[in-house]
Amino acid sequence: MNATVELPAPASISLPDICPVSEAGPDFAEHPEYFRARQQAAWEKFTQLPMPVRTDENWRFSDVKAVDLSPFQRADAIADADRAALLARSIGLAETAGRMAFANDRLLTQEFHGDTLRAKGVLWMPLEQAIATQRELIEKHFMREGALLGSQKFGALHESQVRNGTFLYVPRGVEIALPIECFHWSQGEGAANFPHTIIIAEPMSKVTVVDYFQSVGEDPALVIGANDIIVGDGAKVTYVAVQQCNRQTLAFRLNNTVVSRDASALALVLNLGGRYVRSEAVSHLRGPGGRSDMLSITSTEGSQWVDQRTLQIHEAPNTASDLLYKNALNDQSRTIFTGLIRVDPDAHKTDAYQKVRNLLLTDEAEANSAPGLEIEADDVRCTHGATSGQVDTEELFYLLSRGIPLRAAQRLVVFGFLNEVTERLPNEPLQELLRDRLHARLD
Amino acid sequence: MSTELLEPIADQAAQLDIDRTAGNFSYPEQHKFDAGTGLSHATIDYISDVKNEPDWIREFRHKALDVFFSKPMPTHWASKDLENIIFQKIRYYLANGQKPKRSWDEVTDAEKRTFERLGIPEQERKFLAGVEAQFDSEAVYSNMKKALGDEGVIFVGSTEGLKEHPEIFRKWFGKVIPTGDNKFSALNAAVFSGGSFIYVPKGVKVKHPLQAYFRINAENFGQFERTLIIADEGSEVMYMEGCTAPKFETATLHSAVVELVAMKGAKLQYITVQNWSANVFNLVTKRAIAHEEAEVKWIDCNIGSRLTMKYPGVVLKGRKARGEVISIALAGDGQHQDTGAKMIHAADETTSNIVSKSISLGKGRSTYRGLVHIPKHLKGCKNNTECDALLINSTSRTDTYPAITVRGTGNSSQHEASVSQISAEQIFYMQQRGLTKAQAMSLSVNGFVNDLVRQFPMEYSVELKRLIDLEMEGSVG
Repeated sequence: MNATVELPAPASISLPDICPVSEAGPDFAEHPEYFRARQQAAWEKFTQLPMPVRTDENWRFSDVKAVDLSPFQRADAIADADRAALLARSIGLAETAGRMAFANDRLLTQEFHGDTLRAKGVLWMPLEQAIATQRELIEKHFMREGALLGSQKFGALHESQVRNGTFLYVPRGVEIALPIECFHWSQGEGAANFPHTIIIAEPMSKVTVVDYFQSVGEDPALVIGANDIIVGDGAKVTYVAVQQCNRQTLAFRLNNTVVSRDASALALVLNLGGRYVRSEAVSHLRGPGGRSDMLSITSTEGSQWVDQRTLQIHEAPNTASDLLYKNALNDQSRTIFTGLIRVDPDAHKTDAYQKVRNLLLTDEAEANSAPGLEIEADDVRCTHGATSGQVDTEELFYLLSRGIPLRAAQRLVVFGFLNEVTERLPNEPLQELLRDRLHARLD
Repeated sequence: MSTELLEPIADQAAQLDIDRTAGNFSYPEQHKFDAGTGLSHATIDYISDVKNEPDWIREFRHKALDVFFSKPMPTHWASKDLENIIFQKIRYYLANGQKPKRSWDEVTDAEKRTFERLGIPEQERKFLAGVEAQFDSEAVYSNMKKALGDEGVIFVGSTEGLKEHPEIFRKWFGKVIPTGDNKFSALNAAVFSGGSFIYVPKGVKVKHPLQAYFRINAENFGQFERTLIIADEGSEVMYMEGCTAPKFETATLHSAVVELVAMKGAKLQYITVQNWSANVFNLVTKRAIAHEEAEVKWIDCNIGSRLTMKYPGVVLKGRKARGEVISIALAGDGQHQDTGAKMIHAADETTSNIVSKSISLGKGRSTYRGLVHIPKHLKGCKNNTECDALLINSTSRTDTYPAITVRGTGNSSQHEASVSQISAEQIFYMQQRGLTKAQAMSLSVNGFVNDLVRQFPMEYSVELKRLIDLEMEGSVG
């Protein structure tokens, strides 16, 4: 522990249970000094920034009371006895290039399947290790873009508290065919975790990463996850996040994707869990020819709230972005979607699309949509659409007339509605995995 | 500030060699009643004294002023340009002091000349059911055809309406748009003068549109008209409002409140063509209540002003009520047209439709802001929203910010928006047929808005096409 890092006076901290890095017990990750200084600065920013209020445009439709952080404190390490059981539960795809698993932000395992991740000079390691050994890359890319969509305070908290996660660096021209998986488990009452994923794809490289966010039990918990996806010239990155936290979890996902010349990024989020889920996804289309696909599948029930904010920033000409978010709402759940396509003055020949579709399955469910456009270049094609409706009675009638019981017929229609998004994934086994999880939810 | 804003327009006119001075005239001001600049409770008392208003209206104004002072500017979402309004430099009341005139002969020659320049032909007047011509903030001329009067239609200025027909108008006055709705509705409630109060009795179908022309004719003078239209059960009425304003040196503020009430089965159409000069802040609150099976349609066209913020709304309060907003916005250099629509569904089987088309030229910016709300436990509600934006120059800007809330299984809403530029192929085709680029662009833009323009009454659609042509010619080349 470094004595030069000043501790903020406890009285000035609005959330006394979430301790700054420097107050951490002996169990805490020992990040090097450069990073600890950064975390200290982030902590100060966190304490200075106000909590969101109802009148903030970025929190429109939200319940700002739902993001109260006071019940949470930094998570403790899990008992050694539980590790084996958790590893056994960390099951995803049949074939992967590697698997990492964390419980309460502590590494459970890192496994290389085959040699692809070792042989080609790929750097794939726990974030903790990267912070210690890859200072240059971390300083260049780690949370460089900042939160733009209202969660500056929570982004600062993540930065100040981050302990571990996945670091992946794919060198120029290297293609990793099989996906890389990473499991993030949360355990314990009031546990706060801050998983981070950083993917740096050098020019002409190709990689697929899947993150799983899950809870061990049913305790209330906080997960503030963040990811940085940096796609170099001509590179291709596919990123999938499967969020299946328990119904007591307050979950954040703060994403920043930077797409360079002729590069393409495809991100898909499957939201099934959580009490209140806040997702902020930003795609920066920074190089000509770049393309970003932003996809989301959300199935809500009970009193879940899923609050998704997106931003497609076209900073360079000849860029394309395509967003498709689908929500199926059951019981008295709510969804919020606010999205914006921003086209900078010089980003001519932009082709941007944004679509949100809500399927309301009960009278108590509520879908809020606010798709937006801000266009400052004239030679563009930008469209957006938002629809909200219910299961088509004709589709139901057709299925019923074929002898399918009502409930099964409804499930089929909902599944078909959501499955359209999974079909956009360029990876058959991954599609299959998402379909299985969806089936498990709907059945 | 304002001279900067005016320069591009002057340049444009010079380049094009078009006579842009047609609407740019003003006559010597002879204002018997002038409240001076600035706003305080004394201003309110002054207005109330001049208008000889009953105490309840005076009370209403004072309360509204307090609300106005207490409300913050909505700059957390709206344009920062609002901060350039200096409320203490604005005149809040100004009138010729006469009571609204009853016959055309009583209107002064200077005022008649003004209307002549605005292009209300003599013959047209015959066809118009009644012309409520607003000169400055007081209705100076009000003439209704005898037939209308016989049917019991009341068509008067706001002051007259509240004083002489309180039993009809007081019930709804300030009820559709409460004083505290927003900062500018509060301002209007405090200092309103002018505007039209209309009552159409049960079952009466007004054949010809009712029309009012508004003008601003004094520098630094804000116009705060207040309109309330009540269409009783089963009645039908169409109201048209068109504005042109002379150009001034410093910004003026226009902040109207328009309330519409459509009782059971009534049909109400409200048409606006707004063409204020490019130094006017036009911050208008317009809302309607549609009762059972009533239909309210706003047709809204915004061409002028420096900043317009206007989102006509319909509260669909009765079963099977229908609301519609048709909106055209043209944002030229230095202009910001921040327009849109609000549809609040509050009963079963209500339907709403919003069609918005905007064109941004030069450094102009057009914004669509929409709100669709279908709350709990309603059945069979439907909304359809379409917004299309056309960008003419590389410096033009457009934004779309809809907000849609839908709850329950019985309802549906769909929203679609697109942003594009004029198709190069279309222009090429027309140019090789011998049209100049400007003509081709103009034709293309007119084609873009054509299906909406056709919904305007004839004389308006002709005027609109001419205005679009004029604006377009300035921005191509």
